[in-house]
Amino acid sequence: MSDISKKSLTEIVRLVKKKEIKSEELTQSFIKNINNDKKLNSFITNCSEEALKKAINFDKNPKLDTLLPGIPIAVKDLFCTQGVKTTAGSKMLENFVPNYESTITNNLWNEGAFLLGKLNCDEFAMGSSNETSYFGNVINPIEENTVPGGSSGGSASALAADLTPTTIGTDTGGSIRQPASFTGIVGLKPTYGLCSRWGIVAFASSLDQAGPMTKTVEDCALMLEAMAGFDKKDSTSIDKKKENYLNKLTDNIKGLKIGIPKEYRVDGMSQEIDNLWENGKKILKDSGAQIVDISLPNTKYALPTYYIVAPAEASSNLARYDGVKYGFRSTKGDNLIEMYENTRSEGFGDEVKRRILIGTYVLSSGYYDAYYLKAQKVRQLIKKDFDQSFKKVDAILTPSTPSSAFKIGEKKNDPISMYLNDIFTVPVNLAGIPAISIPAGTDNNNCPLGLQLIGKPLDEQKLLNIAFAVEKKINFKQSLNRWWEK
Amino acid sequence: MSIDKDKIKHVSKLARISVDEKKIDALAKDLSSIFKFIEQLNEINTDNVEPLSSILNQPLRSRKDEINDGKIREKILENSPQKHEEFFVVPKVIE
Repeated sequence: MSDISKKSLTEIVRLVKKKEIKSEELTQSFIKNINNDKKLNSFITNCSEEALKKAINFDKNPKLDTLLPGIPIAVKDLFCTQGVKTTAGSKMLENFVPNYESTITNNLWNEGAFLLGKLNCDEFAMGSSNETSYFGNVINPIEENTVPGGSSGGSASALAADLTPTTIGTDTGGSIRQPASFTGIVGLKPTYGLCSRWGIVAFASSLDQAGPMTKTVEDCALMLEAMAGFDKKDSTSIDKKKENYLNKLTDNIKGLKIGIPKEYRVDGMSQEIDNLWENGKKILKDSGAQIVDISLPNTKYALPTYYIVAPAEASSNLARYDGVKYGFRSTKGDNLIEMYENTRSEGFGDEVKRRILIGTYVLSSGYYDAYYLKAQKVRQLIKKDFDQSFKKVDAILTPSTPSSAFKIGEKKNDPISMYLNDIFTVPVNLAGIPAISIPAGTDNNNCPLGLQLIGKPLDEQKLLNIAFAVEKKINFKQSLNRWWEK
Repeated sequence: MSIDKDKIKHVSKLARISVDEKKIDALAKDLSSIFKFIEQLNEINTDNVEPLSSILNQPLRSRKDEINDGKIREKILENSPQKHEEFFVVPKVIE
């Protein structure tokens, strides 16, 4: 069989179900790619041996009436996996082995999949380039010296390089969609509450949401179906019946109204991004959709709001890392307080410390109203902008990122310029609505660029349908010279 | 607002993170530029706006206070950086 690892997930599942390929052969082909990878640094923990055992076991008595029969999947190292190290890209959790399984990974295993490995990410998912990981930065398979985006950079890189047939990430301000855009893959951030957060290392609880990262929109529909569902262990989980996103997938989008927000035409946006956006509009028109100009007036305040809300929640969530119950502990310090201070100083990286300090400051006595409460009010206005727009349109089309993947080190010493990378993705998290990034073209250097479609709460099906229609017409082809194998 | 050395020291105390004296200046510069950026929010009037703390239209569910796991003391202790018999060990807190 021609290289199975290059095929889409839905194609692989079809071949397994038709018994044209065994899980063992399939798993071997990904393990071969993982072993050949000498430079991407996308894996933190390689579970090849265990995966192969599970594949052989699956083949002995294949259960084919599941969504992901005998499929090996590597996941972002932010999902707790029972008995397998879960680091969150941090020295703090370098040796942490959970004795429980996250709901999302558990859902995947219940559908017949098994763990192939744990993927590198920015430390505690805080970053847009994967440079904040304690385990070193991940490289973009598109080009050496280029970042894969972040924080789900290892997931994006591993998928684009055919080291896993599909993967999952988490998205707090763009951490699925931005790396998807940088590596030429599909990434979906679902509606807040659709996918359980239980067992995911917490960053900013009112924004965090897990989602699929895949090679095609069909794969994305299949994965969302496997992941989504009510979980009583997550108090913010939405109680709603499961949907068959893949079966209902259609490219018929005639009559749908697609909004184009004028505020997303930001200063200094390149001609390439502009052309990409225009092309997206044209394709939607050709597919029978109607283009409507809309306004989201508070867009420019989304990033400043995010950089109050997210660090505030992070400072609270990360208070648990105190060197007592689990994780790293410093050997320095003569008393309990000094032990805490040294543990947190040595265990966290610079970006994480920066955000904890910002969060602690905005929540501290005397400043709460000026920062945190103010940000919550602006967040309300940002959400209302979307509510108003969705009275007129079915979905919104924007670029996914203001540029293509940048070079390693290029933005590392300028936090603001790094943060600005998430300018098109952050508003969606603040409003809790779903959005998908699909590969839509390349820039002059042949680096992929993505288009983002934003939908109403729980309207993932329509979003997937529109993405499916656009994907067919764009016909993006990934071209990789596999330099990392040399 | 500009963030000076004293503010950094105060906040790092609150956050229980010791900050290297040599790194304080660079950190103060970074945080000052970030606060300048987030203070753009002062441009907007939010007098009559309700703060948004959850985007869900449902109240948080409460559950019955029941034990549904337990008896995993050994497993929990396995991840502890320092333990003694069935206890977590910390530096002495009472003289």
